[in-house]
Amino acid sequence: MPETQGPAGILVIAQADAPVAHGTPPRDGVEFEVPSTEAHGGGFPPFDVHTFPSQIIWLAIAFGALYLLMSRIALPRIANILEERHDRVADDLEEAGKLKAESEAAAQAYEHALATARGKAHGIATETRDKLSAESDASRKSLEAELAAKLAAAEEQIATTKTAAMANVRGIAVDAAGAIVGELIGSAPVPQAVEAAVDDAIKS
Amino acid sequence: MASESVIDPIHQFHILKIVDLGEPGGVQLAFTNSAAFMFGIVALIFFFLTFATRGRTLVPGRLQSMAEMSYEFVASMVRSTAGNEGMKFFPLVFSLFMFVLVANFIGMIPYGFTVTSHLIVTAMLALVVILTVIIYGFMRHGTHFLGLFVPSGVPAFLLPFMVVIEVISFLSRPISLSLRLFANMLAGHIAMKVFAGFIVMMSASGFLGLLGGTLPLAMVIALTALEFLVAALQAYVFAVLTCIYLNDALHPGH
Repeated sequence: MPETQGPAGILVIAQADAPVAHGTPPRDGVEFEVPSTEAHGGGFPPFDVHTFPSQIIWLAIAFGALYLLMSRIALPRIANILEERHDRVADDLEEAGKLKAESEAAAQAYEHALATARGKAHGIATETRDKLSAESDASRKSLEAELAAKLAAAEEQIATTKTAAMANVRGIAVDAAGAIVGELIGSAPVPQAVEAAVDDAIKS
Repeated sequence: MASESVIDPIHQFHILKIVDLGEPGGVQLAFTNSAAFMFGIVALIFFFLTFATRGRTLVPGRLQSMAEMSYEFVASMVRSTAGNEGMKFFPLVFSLFMFVLVANFIGMIPYGFTVTSHLIVTAMLALVVILTVIIYGFMRHGTHFLGLFVPSGVPAFLLPFMVVIEVISFLSRPISLSLRLFANMLAGHIAMKVFAGFIVMMSASGFLGLLGGTLPLAMVIALTALEFLVAALQAYVFAVLTCIYLNDALHPGH
């Protein structure tokens, strides 16, 4: 804190044991002056024992008052505020924890419901698929049976036709052989001989 | 003072009588500027703390934050150095810290008086600390408190010397505690006044002097910043050392 009292600008260096030197001639407009030690009741103020009793008493009263005010009023008050905040924060945290647990339970229930629904849907799908595949199996089997029956009938017809055709072939062969032999020898051969010969040829 | 127009670096430390209470029993008693500042400091601390917390709001405002910060700062200091047991001394440490801090800062106000620049004040505060340590130490631990002076694990032939050293170091505690604060405040304030005086002296000697006067001006600015740091730091050091000494009273074993 600059202490520039007055315009003259005179520096005074106070020393308790310095000789009294009033009226030192001014130098460059600045006067160095050592004040008399008696000016303030003697000496360097912090070491002036005359002021000690007063300072001790007033400090005792002031600091005692400060201690009482702090320990009785101010500090409990601040401690209260801090504790209230701490409690409030703890309450809020607890509340938040409870809400979190609730939301977790809800999420779990949702997951559960979802899993159940998924399982049910899966069951339905499997059932449907099984039913459909059973149906298609049945229709395929009936179709196959029908086809097999038709195939068998056709094969039978073919066999019949073939037998008939073979019989016809023998008759034609016998007729043709009889006609060829009749042309070659000029007279009709014995039908039984021709038949026997044709049978032999067919067999071989 | 020889006249009102002098620059006297010591002037700021003078005790002025505001109300003279005479000399009962041969001692001078008076309500002085020092006493006025002491009560001012107490009132400032108390009204600041109660005014700042008047709302008791859940979300603190600026002032309430400051009050809570000062509380928690000192509380954590006490807890970390003296443990949870030390919290019974919390009001004492808080009072000491706030008193010294506010006294130091009030002293930074121009024309203010620095209560802590008087040795008797810092000595009394240190005495409060050391008496608390001694009285509580004996009340709590009885003669075991003297174990503070007997370091363990020392060879028997060295023990007497160690005890002497421990006793001397214990006795020097209040002295160093009070002198540190006193000397810091005194020296800092004198240095500021001396450099401020140079400005006036140099600027009185013409243009060149005016130019040269900027150097001590810069010095005063730097010193002011330093003094603010010292003001806070010394209050902190005082409080921390108080906690450490109180810790000895709580746990005297080495």
